[in-house]
Amino acid sequence: MEKKTRSKLDRGFYTSLKISSRICCCLTVAALIGVIFFVLIRGSGSISSDLLFGDPDDVENSLLPAFLGTLQLVFISMIIAVPLGVFTAVFLVEYMHGKGKAVKTIRIATETLSGIPSIVYGLFGYLIFVVAFGWGYSLLGGGITLATMILPTIVRSTEESLLSVPAGYREGAYALGTSKVKTIFKVILPSASGGIVTSIILAVGRVVSESAVLILTIGMVVDRFPTTAMSPGTSLALDIYYYANFGYPNEAAATAVILLIFVLSLNLLAALCGKLIRKKYGDDQ
Amino acid sequence: MKAIFAFAALFSVLALITITVFLFASGLPFIFANGDTFWSTVWDVNSEMYGIMSMIVATLSVTSLAVIIGVTIGLLTAICLYKFCPKRLVVPVSHTVNLLAGIPSVIYGLFGLEIIVPFIRDYVSPNGIGYGILSASIVLAIMILPTVVSVSLDALKAVPKSYYEGALALGATKEQATFKVLIPSAKSGIFAGIVLSTGRALGETMAVIMVVGNSPEMPNSLFQSVRTLTANIALGATEMTGNAATALIACGVILFVFTLLINIAFSLIKKDGKDKTERSKRGKKDKIKTR
Repeated sequence: MEKKTRSKLDRGFYTSLKISSRICCCLTVAALIGVIFFVLIRGSGSISSDLLFGDPDDVENSLLPAFLGTLQLVFISMIIAVPLGVFTAVFLVEYMHGKGKAVKTIRIATETLSGIPSIVYGLFGYLIFVVAFGWGYSLLGGGITLATMILPTIVRSTEESLLSVPAGYREGAYALGTSKVKTIFKVILPSASGGIVTSIILAVGRVVSESAVLILTIGMVVDRFPTTAMSPGTSLALDIYYYANFGYPNEAAATAVILLIFVLSLNLLAALCGKLIRKKYGDDQ
Repeated sequence: MKAIFAFAALFSVLALITITVFLFASGLPFIFANGDTFWSTVWDVNSEMYGIMSMIVATLSVTSLAVIIGVTIGLLTAICLYKFCPKRLVVPVSHTVNLLAGIPSVIYGLFGLEIIVPFIRDYVSPNGIGYGILSASIVLAIMILPTVVSVSLDALKAVPKSYYEGALALGATKEQATFKVLIPSAKSGIFAGIVLSTGRALGETMAVIMVVGNSPEMPNSLFQSVRTLTANIALGATEMTGNAATALIACGVILFVFTLLINIAFSLIKKDGKDKTERSKRGKKDKIKTR
């Protein structure tokens, strides 16, 4: 009799856990969707053409310098991180075949790099580019720091897409007498290009949303156009922080809407790319 | 050509070495030279007192509370998605969760500043202060949810189906089989997710800086303006001069050491998990042979 009540209690306990898990699931979805809706509702009313396209000399708050700064940062960081990341992955997969001491060292390095908080990258960028090189606050310094930060992500996802290239492609190319380098550039990289493009889009998303690195490296100059890559500047994400902190809550919310739309469409684009690739190569991979 | 590829691969090793050397070379001498004041609780730039103890305590309390909230909700969400949820909801929900991993941290900060801080100020806080550890932990908990959910879901999916079915066959209810068999077997994967999200929460700057209040005081309650290590670095960024700059770099060194410890813990857990699965596979093979 006692055993029976205990097993009933036990069952009741686990059933209540099940119910609380459902509640938590609803909470998660509600919290995350709440963030998006909050931003859209709060901010979309404050978007004005002055804010978007005003000349920073004429109007009080303009996002044009931030657009320009963000574009430059994306360009600089990608032009550095993409070749380095792809080549690293090619070296790991095609030359070292994922084995050996060198691979282990590089893997430990990239894993450690990906765990370092962005503010520490910011300090590093500050120490190297602002102080040691004497550049002062500059978009170039910020871009290089961002490139170091996103490198591990690009390496890892490129590695995965290289590994998913069927061995037959390589063997076929070799059998036709193609050299290794030519095989890599003409056969392997093109057939892995879909995955690589997806990872690049995601990396652009990270660059666009990053702000802690930039606060220490590009100087948060919100009301002036960056003239060259060496001039200090701002980015969209940094503008949100600036507006929220210095008494422009409406502008902060409006900027957040623009940044959110930007980042979400990048993510959707990446997902779409992934889907197209799976369609192209079928399910056999 | 191989040399070019090898050089590219060397870059990340070089970058790691440069970061470590630069940080430690500029931070460690300061820590050793000001040993007694550096570990004190007073941070006052005007009187050149750079003590970080209160910020370490604040960082650890914000992080641990965020991880407790985030992991509880995230893990239960993952379980619900895997076992207790209508099948047609699983894909859209997990897609949404993944999509939300990409939201910039500064937007979470704005959300905290405009929704969570006023809510806590008006309805929860006993002293009328909305900023503080509780607000920061809630914002961070929301931020780490996507990580916790996706890692735990992967860990649950990796458990062999036969474990669950075996438990059902022995007369366990679905709930018992899930909570008593499935989750303990996914333990190491779930732990890896916890460690990963701890690293996220520990290193997060912009979301925290907007809701934590930023007074460099020793935390005594959940509803009190405090300052974390990351917030301290970012706040000082606009006025980096002389000793203050070096003190901030010393903060960076401490933060770096924390993350290194977390990285090591993460790789140890991952290795442990791998060893176990290999051992169980080997065990199975041996049994088949002896038969």
